Amino acid sequence: MFDSVECNSMETLVSPLENTKFDVDAVRRDFPILASRIHGHPLVYLDNAATTQKPQAVIDAIVNYYTSTNANIHRGVHQLSVDATRMHDNARAKVKSFLNADDVAEIIFVRGATEGINLVASTFGKQQVGPGDEVVVTAMEHHSNIVPWQVLCEQQGATLRVVPIDEQGQLLWEDFESLINKRTKLVAVTHVSNALGTVNPIREIVDLCHQHGAAVIVDGAQAAAHMTVDVQDLDCDFYVISGHKLYGPTGIGVLYGKRELLESMPPYQTGGDMISSVTFEKTTYNTLPHKFEAGTPDIAGAIGLGAAIDYLRELDWPAVCAHEEELLTHATDALSAINGVRIIGTADQKRAVLSFVIEGAHPHDIGTILDYEGIAVRTGHHCAQPVMERFGIPATTRISLGLYNTRDEIDAMVCAINKVKEVFRC
Amino acid sequence: MLDDELRELYQDVILDHQQDPRNFGPMQHPTHHAEGFNPLCGDRIRLELDMDGDRIRQVSFTGAGCAISTASASLMTEALTGKTRAEAEAVSQDFRDLVTGRLRDTEDGETAETSRLGKLYVLAGVQQFPVRVKCATLAWHTLAAALNEEKPEPVTTE
Ligand SMILES: Cc1ncc(COP(=O)(O)O)c(C=O)c1O
Repeated sequence: MFDSVECNSMETLVSPLENTKFDVDAVRRDFPILASRIHGHPLVYLDNAATTQKPQAVIDAIVNYYTSTNANIHRGVHQLSVDATRMHDNARAKVKSFLNADDVAEIIFVRGATEGINLVASTFGKQQVGPGDEVVVTAMEHHSNIVPWQVLCEQQGATLRVVPIDEQGQLLWEDFESLINKRTKLVAVTHVSNALGTVNPIREIVDLCHQHGAAVIVDGAQAAAHMTVDVQDLDCDFYVISGHKLYGPTGIGVLYGKRELLESMPPYQTGGDMISSVTFEKTTYNTLPHKFEAGTPDIAGAIGLGAAIDYLRELDWPAVCAHEEELLTHATDALSAINGVRIIGTADQKRAVLSFVIEGAHPHDIGTILDYEGIAVRTGHHCAQPVMERFGIPATTRISLGLYNTRDEIDAMVCAINKVKEVFRC
Repeated sequence: MLDDELRELYQDVILDHQQDPRNFGPMQHPTHHAEGFNPLCGDRIRLELDMDGDRIRQVSFTGAGCAISTASASLMTEALTGKTRAEAEAVSQDFRDLVTGRLRDTEDGETAETSRLGKLYVLAGVQQFPVRVKCATLAWHTLAAALNEEKPEPVTTE
């Protein structure tokens, strides 16, 4: 009963992709893990929104650093420390140009998007948000861009307000406008939704908020790997990314902040490196960005992130984006053609993420069957329970793309979905 | 082609209980109840018991979950009807041992535990899928909470 699905017939269901200049086979060879087999099948990695795989260049950069340069930074007169410091500084400069920040002082290394948001909440937030003030988030935020603001509002006697979304998973613009007022101190919004794939109009949002004197923090965790991010063009006040979702290592991320804001904010953590002088009477804080980087940082992580950025810069970025867009369209068309499949998140502007439910099959069971075919997807609420609630579902199955995914992999996934339907007779 | 392990996990009895769960729906006057939540997959269950002293007169459940957790809950309600608290706790222990692979397989089957498990044995395939053990045990954790109703908090598998 389980083996009657004819998978080659998929071809007729979907429109052919246009040819691109992008050589995906060559790119795949840069990612050693993609040669793995899982449960006897070639790995089909479609969980890139959770974390991306790492190119050999990133792995090598980390290994080489520990093999030949390891030393603590900023504190040694010796050669290795000087070299390590220079490599760490270079990594920051690469991030600065990747995000098109104005100054390296605006690039703060943190552990990831989550820590970046928490840093802003516990410094800028504590300083700027008071009793009666308001903080605005959207209904499509990841828990990491909800909970810090909820806690801040509780602590400060402020109110958390939520911009609703429509059936397609897009912000309701009129509601947004009416929520922003002179009590609004801060607006926290994701650039790309990890559960729905929606791309938000950050520049318009920033304009609206700035007209009312509110600062904007953008969660770029799902954006940076799929589009060009220019923080000066966006004019946002803060922007956070996670290195591991950008083909870099875990444990490293970036908070971008406008210099004048960072200057006026109190420090986040205290200790070594973030001070310029300490006596028992008084401590003077170090200059940016060090003021926000207490203690020995993840040096290898920053260097790995720099290597990931170098790697990405060598690719034809418009071609990468076009490739991902074609895959998303292909996957959307193929899944939509399957009876009983409902796609959750159909915004006009989407990137890399495709969430869906199947009538009669629970996402967790879908995930198990796909895994058995070597296909890695995420199932569950994707740390976005308010999104699930909005669509009246407990969970979805989510595929999320990386630059190394192929049309064949999408077809393998679609084929496995047909097996799911066989098993559950749905 | 689906392999044997998957076939074993999703066998007909399980699919039948998923599609047509037994004792599903709220009870008029439960004497005991508890809620369970698996935050990993969003599964929720509310379990209601009608106890006659030490004996379970009736069990029912409501909620939304995957095939494994729904079938496990449904099969559990059937298995527990008419059992005493002590008997229910013994079955519960055997069941958890079964799905975590701690129940030793003897060459020719029937141990005291497997016979006590009866139809629940169809969930043995979960052993091969360690990430799914929590799905299979959600209803049983919730049962333990319902039987010891002092706990006001919903139980979670995490
Ligand atoms: C939209 C979004 N924001 C924030 C995060 C948190 O990122 P991290 O866990 O790397 O801090 C994630 C990760 O899933 C995400 O998808």
